[in-house]
Amino acid sequence: MTDTNTSAGGQAASEQEIRNEVRTWLEQNWDPNLSLLEWRKKLIDSGWGVPAWPKEWHGRGLTIGLGDAVDDELRKMGAVSVAKTGVRMLAAATILEHGTDMHKEKFLYQLLTGEDTWCQLFSEPGSGSDLAGLTTRADFDGENWILNGQKVWTTSAHHAKYGMVLARSNWDVPKHQGMTYFLIDMDQPGVEVRPLRQMNGHASFNEIFFTDAKIAPEFMVSKEGNGWKVAMTTLAHERRLADGIRSWGRGDKGTGRVYDEQKAEIATVMEPYKWYPQRAGRVDLLIERAKATGKYDDPTVRQAIAKVLIMAKAAEWTGRRVKAAHALGRQPGPEGSLGKLAGSQVARLAAQAHTLIAGADAMLTSEDGAMDGLISEILVSVPAESIAGGTDEIQRNIISERGLGMPKEPRTDVDRPFRDVPRNTVG
Amino acid sequence: MQYTFSDEQEEFRLIVRRFMDDKSPTTEVRELMATDQGYDKTVWKQLSQELGLPGIHIPEAYGGQGFGFIELCIVMEEMGRALLCAPFFSATALAATAIMSAGTEEQKLTLLPDIASGDTLAALAYNESSGHWDPASTALTATPTDDGYVLNGAKSFVVDGHVADLLIAVARTPGTSGVYGLSLFSLPGNSGGVKRRLLQSLDPTRKLAQIEFDNAPATLLGESDAGGTTLPHILDLAAVALASESVGGAQKMLESSIEYAQLRMQFGRLIGSFQAIKHKCADMFLEVELAKSAAYYAAAAAAEQAPDFPAAASLAKACASDTYMKAAQECIQIHGGIGFTWENDTHLYFKRAKSSEVFLGDPNYHRDQLVLRWEN
Ligand SMILES: Cc1cc2nc3c(=O)[nH]c(=O)nc-3n(C[C@H](O)[C@H](O)[C@H](O)COP(=O)(O)OP(=O)(O)OC[C@H]3O[C@@H](n4cnc5c(N)ncnc54)[C@H](O)[C@@H]3O)c2cc1C
Ligand SMILES: Cc1cc2nc3c(=O)[nH]c(=O)nc-3n(C[C@H](O)[C@H](O)[C@H](O)COP(=O)(O)OP(=O)(O)OC[C@H]3O[C@@H](n4cnc5c(N)ncnc54)[C@H](O)[C@@H]3O)c2cc1C
Repeated sequence: MTDTNTSAGGQAASEQEIRNEVRTWLEQNWDPNLSLLEWRKKLIDSGWGVPAWPKEWHGRGLTIGLGDAVDDELRKMGAVSVAKTGVRMLAAATILEHGTDMHKEKFLYQLLTGEDTWCQLFSEPGSGSDLAGLTTRADFDGENWILNGQKVWTTSAHHAKYGMVLARSNWDVPKHQGMTYFLIDMDQPGVEVRPLRQMNGHASFNEIFFTDAKIAPEFMVSKEGNGWKVAMTTLAHERRLADGIRSWGRGDKGTGRVYDEQKAEIATVMEPYKWYPQRAGRVDLLIERAKATGKYDDPTVRQAIAKVLIMAKAAEWTGRRVKAAHALGRQPGPEGSLGKLAGSQVARLAAQAHTLIAGADAMLTSEDGAMDGLISEILVSVPAESIAGGTDEIQRNIISERGLGMPKEPRTDVDRPFRDVPRNTVG
Repeated sequence: MQYTFSDEQEEFRLIVRRFMDDKSPTTEVRELMATDQGYDKTVWKQLSQELGLPGIHIPEAYGGQGFGFIELCIVMEEMGRALLCAPFFSATALAATAIMSAGTEEQKLTLLPDIASGDTLAALAYNESSGHWDPASTALTATPTDDGYVLNGAKSFVVDGHVADLLIAVARTPGTSGVYGLSLFSLPGNSGGVKRRLLQSLDPTRKLAQIEFDNAPATLLGESDAGGTTLPHILDLAAVALASESVGGAQKMLESSIEYAQLRMQFGRLIGSFQAIKHKCADMFLEVELAKSAAYYAAAAAAEQAPDFPAAASLAKACASDTYMKAAQECIQIHGGIGFTWENDTHLYFKRAKSSEVFLGDPNYHRDQLVLRWEN
């Protein structure tokens, strides 16, 4: 199956060429007995690790559709990919778009090898949806930027070497104009990371305290006061990536050193993401579970499963439709922003169907629960889906205002210096 | 798999849309829906001669345009958007599809060219008063005679059956049951022994007829007893065509909602600035886009004869039916009191959505089919 239009002959042919080329390269180079690091370096250097990235920065400048075709070939071969799940890809997209050459040189390679892990330091106790209302302060002392304040819900910060941080550098202008975006070294005395336990028992996010943390001026991204614009790039990619999280934290199957080391990686730095597939609802398990439990014979259960399948497949096809149109060089329409909202509805419907299938077992967890607790993990992880990365309500605001052109609500927080805007007292 | 339309297909859609905008404004829809005939002969002639729509998916060898099922679905979508009152769904999407799937080569050569040219209106007489969509529920009998068959029994919910020149009827050999002994037959609409009655339909833009057969002479279409194998595919194709039409209507409801929300002031603001309305519109947009993707995928799966077509057809029908109904409901809601008036056009779509919701199987039926047909 290809992403491209069958009648667009040229495009389809070049996809086949690309697929052949990767396959040949993989046949000559893929070796499961290499170390994970050796293999990833080889893959990055070949340009097949992130083929949709620019040629100067480890890629081949291919379209996203063709990049997906390359990934598909890697999957078919069972070859491990570069490190490209988790928050790291948000950092990469932001650096590629707004970073300096020094940023790209210093950060991109180790990000892809998996040596460096990243975190996104946006949300604060006093401002989540209203990201532009943040109060972490950045002051320039003549030599460095000095950071003070608190961030929260920061996924993976306990493993992260670097962070993308948005802070307020000017309190005398309207809220969106006073923020600056930095890349911060997490390994320093002014940064304290405390894990937070979630309702599903995992502790993948954290709270972070900055006390005179230092950032050298060259690690500012774009200009002082331009942080909002840069943050929008990060968030746009987060919305897009939301679609892929169902595979985060899942390893490839195979034997060899590379797989063993990938398993170790998943158990450590990828550990925060191990419940992410469950968070997306595990649609893949529904029919299998219904058959295994005998609930398949119950028409009300089939109705519940069908509702999930309809949403999930239609959302998947919408994604492919958007990509196929993009491959034909058409302007993206607002339908590209629907994936995240669809995803949280799929997750909820899936949790409902899993509950019906599990029956009384839905009351149990861990080893006593269905599938050794995997099903209960779905039930208590799905609520994250409609919050993380921007709540459903915020998605609907964005879709209706930017996608459908509907009028904004009257606001009282944007027409005055941030100093005078009412805000939470916490934080 | 084709996930989006080619430039040529997009171009074709624009041509059809322009025609519909021109010929099927709601003032026209309202006039036609009040007539028994239900369509405008002049517009039908233009649509046939200028655009060749009735033969859109009929191969050139049988006098058609030789396009595929995707193009047929584009036409359905645009007609649904404009609520066109014309016997296209009945003649082309249902009857011609049935003849193409079940007829012999000779029958295709005889029957299809006149449907393709728009000269013959054909209708598929499948459903009966039981309202079941399962072929096994067929009760109409076909008894062999010296020179053919005679039909006895009744059909109902036959789209445009009251004006059809040609009827394609599903009947069973007396004494058979289930999916065995089912065959398709053709007969002129005005044959002796055929009594037709226009039903009073909730959706006046889609005419439904009841047809009684009293020893009505008919010709076997294709092979005897093959209905059990040909019908499911014919019905799946019909369901996807109807899903495409629903998607067109649902899109119109979304546009109409947004438009009104940007005109109407209450409490000193446009109602479109209230989040309760904005979020409704965002949800409608999501659902309409998903339903489009489902209908487009199913149409492509039909065109490419993909193995998951039956599941995709049921998925698309269930999804599009629910989406159209919900969009029409929300559109009335966003219009407030005006939305409940006869004068406002929304109810025309609401009623089409309602009849499309149950025609060819309601969402519950298709959801069940979807799971049973799912092969992973
Ligand atoms: C699993 C998980 C991982 C996360 N990882 C990270 C991370 O790595 N980095 C990071 O920076 N953040 C992260 N977050 C934080 C996440 O981005 C925020 O929780 C989210 O944006 C909502 O902010 P909030 O929690 O402050 O809720 P609030 O903004 O206080 O929202 C509370 C409720 O009010 C609603 N609401 C708020 N504003 C409006 C409005 N204008 N219109 C209508 N309703 C509104 C919201 O939809 C919500 O229902 C993570 C969250 C979760 C659950
Ligand atoms: C069957 C029927 C019988 C009626 N009988 C009577 C009667 O006997 N006497 C009488 O005086 N009236 C009667 N009405 C009128 C009825 O009270 C109004 O239709 C109703 O109050 C809505 O007002 P509207 O039609 O002007 O819609 P609008 O107020 O224009 O509303 C349009 C849409 O915007 C929404 N909206 C408006 N303001 C807000 C807001 N602040 N926040 C969120 N959404 C908003 C509405 O919910 C609606 O969806 C009747 C209406 C009907 C349908």
